[in-house]
Amino acid sequence: MAVTASPERDIVVPPMQRAFREALYAGAIALGLFVLFIGLRTDQNISNELILVQRWGLLALVVILTAVGRFLYVAYAQPFLASLKVADVATGLLPESMATRFFRIPYLFAAIIIAVALLALAGSLDGLLGPDLAGYARFLRALAIIYAVASVMFYFRSFIHDHFSALGVSALALYPVVVVLTLALYSGSVAGGFQGSLKWVDNFGIQILIYVMLAWGLNIVIGLAGLLDLGYVAFYAVGAYAYALLGTHFGLSFWILLPAAGCMAAFWGVMLGFPVLRLRGDYLAIVTLAFGEIIRLVLINWREVTNGSAGVSGIPKVSFFGLISFNVSDPNYIAKVLNIATSSAYYKIFLYYLILGLCLLTAFVTIRLRRLPVGRAWEALREDEIACRSLGINTTTTKLTAFATGAMFGGFAGSFFAARQGFVSPESFVFLESAIVLAIVVLGGMGSLPGIAVAALVMIGGTEALRELDFLKRIFGPDFTPELYRMLLFGMAMVIVMLWKPRGFVGSREPTAFLKKRKAVSGSFTKEGHG
Amino acid sequence: MAGATLLDIKGVQTYYGNIRALNGVDVTVNQGEIVALIGANGAGKSTLMMTIFGAPRARAGTITFAGTNITQMPTHEIARMRIAQSPEGRRIFPRMTVMENLQMGASLDNLQHFDEDAEKVFTLFPRLKERIGQRGGTLSGGEQQMLSIARALMARPKLLLLDEPSLGLAPLIVKQIFDAIRALNKTQGLTVFLVEQNAFGALKLADRGYVMVNGNVTMSGTGKELLANPEVRAAYLEGGHH
Repeated sequence: MAVTASPERDIVVPPMQRAFREALYAGAIALGLFVLFIGLRTDQNISNELILVQRWGLLALVVILTAVGRFLYVAYAQPFLASLKVADVATGLLPESMATRFFRIPYLFAAIIIAVALLALAGSLDGLLGPDLAGYARFLRALAIIYAVASVMFYFRSFIHDHFSALGVSALALYPVVVVLTLALYSGSVAGGFQGSLKWVDNFGIQILIYVMLAWGLNIVIGLAGLLDLGYVAFYAVGAYAYALLGTHFGLSFWILLPAAGCMAAFWGVMLGFPVLRLRGDYLAIVTLAFGEIIRLVLINWREVTNGSAGVSGIPKVSFFGLISFNVSDPNYIAKVLNIATSSAYYKIFLYYLILGLCLLTAFVTIRLRRLPVGRAWEALREDEIACRSLGINTTTTKLTAFATGAMFGGFAGSFFAARQGFVSPESFVFLESAIVLAIVVLGGMGSLPGIAVAALVMIGGTEALRELDFLKRIFGPDFTPELYRMLLFGMAMVIVMLWKPRGFVGSREPTAFLKKRKAVSGSFTKEGHG
Repeated sequence: MAGATLLDIKGVQTYYGNIRALNGVDVTVNQGEIVALIGANGAGKSTLMMTIFGAPRARAGTITFAGTNITQMPTHEIARMRIAQSPEGRRIFPRMTVMENLQMGASLDNLQHFDEDAEKVFTLFPRLKERIGQRGGTLSGGEQQMLSIARALMARPKLLLLDEPSLGLAPLIVKQIFDAIRALNKTQGLTVFLVEQNAFGALKLADRGYVMVNGNVTMSGTGKELLANPEVRAAYLEGGHH
């Protein structure tokens, strides 16, 4: 009568034993995978013959590391994570129980003390510790600062969550000021502050914001309308070349060419849209991918116009609406007008605010469009095309407007890019760019503007930060260039994020309509555009 | 109670590739009627529903709505003639809220009568009002069906097409939905064309009915006649109702 469970099923394998077994498997798999990749290498000897170099030591190291890693993961990390899951209240970034262990007030004080002490000693670090240890000390200092910022964010997490957009916009608006002031204090002179800000404003600020803008533009096509576009970089290229060619040949101003580049990109968006109207999903992705390549190949091969792979150089700088120029030779050069010292940093700071403005424009338009019939139709189209049509929505024009709007913002970003670089070539518009922008949209959570901005910060800021890790050269030798590993790290980061948050950083979708309580709920989205 | 002919389907043939799904179907729906179309799985009921909406288009025959030939029109223009549909499988927008789904239904008039019409559908389906801010995909099956009908009603249709509104729902919910359809017909004079497998419920509700077998209409008559017909009883009703 009673059902007896089979005895094997009741035996729980002790974690240690299981961990040991899985470690052996992992080691064997690693051996099988890497025996040809790592164990053997082809090389050329003095007489230019190809020879096999055997690297069994390195192979053994990799296999042992894999096995040990698997052992530690199964034996310790898994039970720990499982115990945390019980109390898994998401804080937004980490499960609460883990976060409260990680962020503690004493740790915060320790981090601040370390950071301040190392900042105070900055100049004399090399003398005190020698170049090697000084490198580590700088790394430790960076970690301490990151930890301090992260724990402050953790303690104010509910405030940050409630006012994310307003805080984000004000932080972005103040960023160059803070950078210049900090560096001016640090170096003891205003000129030093501006000079030092170049890297922070240009490499980090502008670079990240360009990708934020591209990702927000692509978000209209993918996140809202649900049309998987793998050739978005084509519109970026159209915008860049529109400004580059019209600006260099006809000397037209950026402020005239910016809308022109947007219109041109939108036109090409419609041109792409027409043939692919009937396609969806994978098929659409393939055709848009091909479109991106076509544009790039046209840019390479149409030498008479685009100057081929040599690119277009000498692209004019942007002026402040013609009133203030950033060319040293002009009579209205900013330093002459305002009677301050000459520096190239002014132009970068101006460009920073320009791209910030363009980003906010994109966000504002996106938020507004979502509330209008066309935006609602985009979202409905993403959900169910047939239902859309049977509700009287013309899906043809709806798709075309999505392509055109997304492309227009790509075009804006492109013309900004051309103005910032002063040089464009087809090299800048390869498929990898489309893939990165797409990755940002997916990581951020399709349709979510704040999520996408955070994803751009992580992905692009992460790449730039890898360039700063010079001390790694001391460990791995002078040939080691950390930025070459960025794609590997990206891949790993993406896998981790997708396992942990499969819908992206911000997976939930903000509704656009409410019954008689509109003001109370929609604040988080409106503020972003108005800031 | 039947008025002038509203929807007239004559000799319609529809193909999926080379396979003929409808072999010359004739169906008429008059102003102010509830007409039910019953039949087994694969008889072509949903195909007829979709053919009225132009997807797929009829290869032969004509479909006339309120005097206009709509056979070759694109789907969205047919919808603009004020034919609304609660399609097979409901097809609500799962990530959008109940409110946004209703807004999509009202997009023909650009939300002009939205508040007024929303109140009307909430009186019909009070459950939807409770769920107003909830995503469509998180609703129960019955609520999704209500939302699908409500969304169709937001377009102020002259003709409402319902494809298997009782599919997969508990008997009590089915009764609620059928009651709502009857109320719409009685109070607002809405014309309804209904496709159902639940033959008993549908024929009881309908003024007239059609029986479809293998892409042909084999029988027609008033709801009561069909309910009493021994062939219909044998094929669709015996053992099926309660």
